[in-house]
Amino acid sequence: MSALLEIRDLTVGYGWRFPPAVTAVRNVSLTVNAGEIVGVAGESGCGKSTLAFAATGLLDAPGRVVSGSICYDGTEMSTLSREELRRLHLESVSMVFQASMNVLNPVMRIGAQFRDAMAAHGVSSKQEARRRAEEAFDLVKVPRRFLDAYPHQLSGGMRQRAVIALALVMRPKLLVLDEPTTALDVVVERAILQSLDELRHELGFGVIFITHDLSLLVEIADRIAIMYAGRIIEEAPARELYDHPKHPYTIALMGAFPPLQGERQRLSGIPGQPPDMKDLPPGCSYAPRCPHFMPGTCDVIDPPEVVIDERRRVLCHLFQPHESTRV
Amino acid sequence: MNWREFRHNRRAMTGASILGVFVVVALLAPVIVPYSPTAIRFTPNLLPDGAHWLGTTVNGQDIFSEVLWGTRASLFVGFLCASLISLIQLVMGVFAGYVGGLFDTVATAVTNVFLVLPSLPLLIILAAYLQGGSVFVLIAVIVVTGWAWGAKVLRAQAITLRERPFVQAARISGESRWHIVMTHIVPNMLGIIVSNFFGAALFAVLAEAGLEFIGLGNINDVTWGTMLYWAQEGNAIFLGEWVWLLVPGLCLALVGTSLGLLNFAVDEIANPRLRRLA
Amino acid sequence: MSSPVAVSEAAGTANAPALLEVRGLTTSYGIGRIGRHQVVKALTDVDLAVARGEVLGLVGESGSGKTTFARTLLYLERPTAGTVLIDGDAMPKHPNTHRLREHRRKVQMIFQDPYSSLDPLRTIESTITQPLRAFDIVPRREERQEVEDLLAQVGLTPAKGFLTRYPHELSGGQRQRVGIARALAARPKLLVADEPTSMLDVSIRLTIMNLLLDLQRSRELSLIFITHDLAAARYVSDRIAIMYAGRLVEIGPSAEVLGKPRHPYTMLLREAAPDPTQRGLARIHAEERGEPPDLTALPPGCPFAPRCTFARDECLVELPEWRPAGEGHNVRCVLVDKATP
Repeated sequence: MSALLEIRDLTVGYGWRFPPAVTAVRNVSLTVNAGEIVGVAGESGCGKSTLAFAATGLLDAPGRVVSGSICYDGTEMSTLSREELRRLHLESVSMVFQASMNVLNPVMRIGAQFRDAMAAHGVSSKQEARRRAEEAFDLVKVPRRFLDAYPHQLSGGMRQRAVIALALVMRPKLLVLDEPTTALDVVVERAILQSLDELRHELGFGVIFITHDLSLLVEIADRIAIMYAGRIIEEAPARELYDHPKHPYTIALMGAFPPLQGERQRLSGIPGQPPDMKDLPPGCSYAPRCPHFMPGTCDVIDPPEVVIDERRRVLCHLFQPHESTRV
Repeated sequence: MNWREFRHNRRAMTGASILGVFVVVALLAPVIVPYSPTAIRFTPNLLPDGAHWLGTTVNGQDIFSEVLWGTRASLFVGFLCASLISLIQLVMGVFAGYVGGLFDTVATAVTNVFLVLPSLPLLIILAAYLQGGSVFVLIAVIVVTGWAWGAKVLRAQAITLRERPFVQAARISGESRWHIVMTHIVPNMLGIIVSNFFGAALFAVLAEAGLEFIGLGNINDVTWGTMLYWAQEGNAIFLGEWVWLLVPGLCLALVGTSLGLLNFAVDEIANPRLRRLA
Repeated sequence: MSSPVAVSEAAGTANAPALLEVRGLTTSYGIGRIGRHQVVKALTDVDLAVARGEVLGLVGESGSGKTTFARTLLYLERPTAGTVLIDGDAMPKHPNTHRLREHRRKVQMIFQDPYSSLDPLRTIESTITQPLRAFDIVPRREERQEVEDLLAQVGLTPAKGFLTRYPHELSGGQRQRVGIARALAARPKLLVADEPTSMLDVSIRLTIMNLLLDLQRSRELSLIFITHDLAAARYVSDRIAIMYAGRLVEIGPSAEVLGKPRHPYTMLLREAAPDPTQRGLARIHAEERGEPPDLTALPPGCPFAPRCTFARDECLVELPEWRPAGEGHNVRCVLVDKATP
């Protein structure tokens, strides 16, 4: 079975010239299979949103794919015409953005927006559109009557559910969520995630879940990829990443989430700042902040991608291939 | 307000250049004017020639001298009105928006009243009633009818700014209300204030000329508007004296355009979202 | 309906009078025009006390009233009812400008959004000098030195380099440090931090929280740390207070409130909080999914009752009073017996 989405060696940049002034995503490879939740975690500026936009073909100028391939269900995205790409959206690949309010037209009733979206994909019958919209609302557990409401009449949590419903209405095979619950309260967030988990088991779609909240991903994702300065520096099954993180950044990031229970201990954040993407230093981008920094290696040579086993990889000089132990 | 942006913005520079020319003319008029603009000793109704570059009026005045002199009136009225209007808008718009409460309620009510009054008929009626004795009557009339709309815009912006955390932080840092308005609110909305200023100047220049054209100003003053009045009275069209009619109008159009350009440009500079993609 | 229990908690430590005492604090405001006027009860009847040098975590979701509480403490909003006492001194119902200034000398605030809490047109030096000047902290000629000292204390070194910079030249974490420096400039006794880390990157949050803790300890400041993040509250606070729909529902030592929550809402928060030690996706009860009530139409009785799995008939009628659930731990819920816990 071919992967739902296969990104290989993708590089995305922003700028009018070539090569672009800022490279936001560098040599990223990621695979998503049907029914799987792949989490992409990272802090601001790491390139995760750019990755999401590029993966769904929604990247607008001045952003563009510099090199690499994005294969959706076996089809290379760059070979698609505009029309084909447009059809891809909503029908096969759907995206849910962070600020749901920006997605919904504030002066249009929600049901009407659903109708519009579906009409653009061939569902012209009003009754059919209504039926599908109601089904979608049922899926996300929003009362049907809210289809006749305006977005501002719904609470934040409901609105986000409505946006997810919109994303699911054409039954896409891949759902890309960019910080879908960041603006929501923790209880509402948990409820939405529960629904999402149930839905992907029920409908079988694949999910890319982008967030900065690593502790959340450990609970919900099957696999997690950690991004830093445009690169994926570690990828592993969620549980394993939590139990045995390998990359120093992953370890530091895990340590930045204070625990809910246990002894009260002083933790430390990560000193320094992420690098300026316009002015990346040679070698490993994390080197300036890394406690295992090896001068002469980390600041000169690009870290190699070390495949630890078929499900884990790490971008770091500390590791050798075929070994899961440190150099 | 980013001055560097200003220099690079084509519309801003075009507007500023045109206006600059007129400002220079206005300042130097007493020096560069070939004849006294009020002198009526020349042969009337002459077409443009060597001695009179733009010809003479029906009363025997040199048109070119009149045009140069008229620049002073238009710019003086324009900028004075704009300044007064901006001052009123600062109090009734910005300050009222910031402090809220009773002051704001009263100010808004007053603003709404003035907003509702139709400015053009009001302008005409007031000017006619007050019998255009001096230019200050015109100025008063223009200011009274021209401040309300901008005040509303500024008030809305001030209210938005008031809610910004840095303004709240200034409040708890012990700063006084007026201090906060002048050092935090106004600088952060300078673009819209300046743009309003140019808009008001445009309104003032055209309103003045308009009133004078229909004879409500002091017809003995030398301004572009009164020139148009006399051109109309003197049947310039029938006498084939295009220049007499055209030139003051053209000057008004140019000044108006420059103010308009500056208005748009400042708006663009202050609000990056309005900018066209380079 | 004051609650001697919650108030005397902090005072319970070594008989020191509480630095901050809040009794029955209520803030409501009207929205809408004539004919469609509604009253938003943002804060209702809040009692609590904070001791000198203590860190109190105030936890609640959006609409819980925690930000209104912060703003009311600073008198950015006027309380509709209730009293605020600093060092035993009660604030008058309608404080004049002078009184407000005196109050803000003692109580300062750190804002949530580092991107809009600094005037974009002022240099860092100018921003920090303003409270120095307004509160007459040091003579003019010592202002610059004081600003540099403050910047150094919040970790912005070399301080001289930051004086002439503008906010947009600084990162989010750095801006937040400037915000902290500004709050400290007035030499307050109580700092109210309104979600100071929620808009910062994860790796920066800890550094800011540690900074606040260090400053708080070295200056013997009291700190009210407002957040929606239970884990962050636990990390920073000695005691935690939980807010829901404008009311305080549970208060007690951090370990207790988190380890043995007694109010159903606290239990819900605890379950819903991300906890990677859980295996698999933790689930919460279906009925408790739901949303906080509309603050303009609060039901009578306990505000959480409509969503509560354990609700009894009496809960929908009357709000229970404070009941002790442990040492220094108080809960406003019928589930806790009026007798000893």
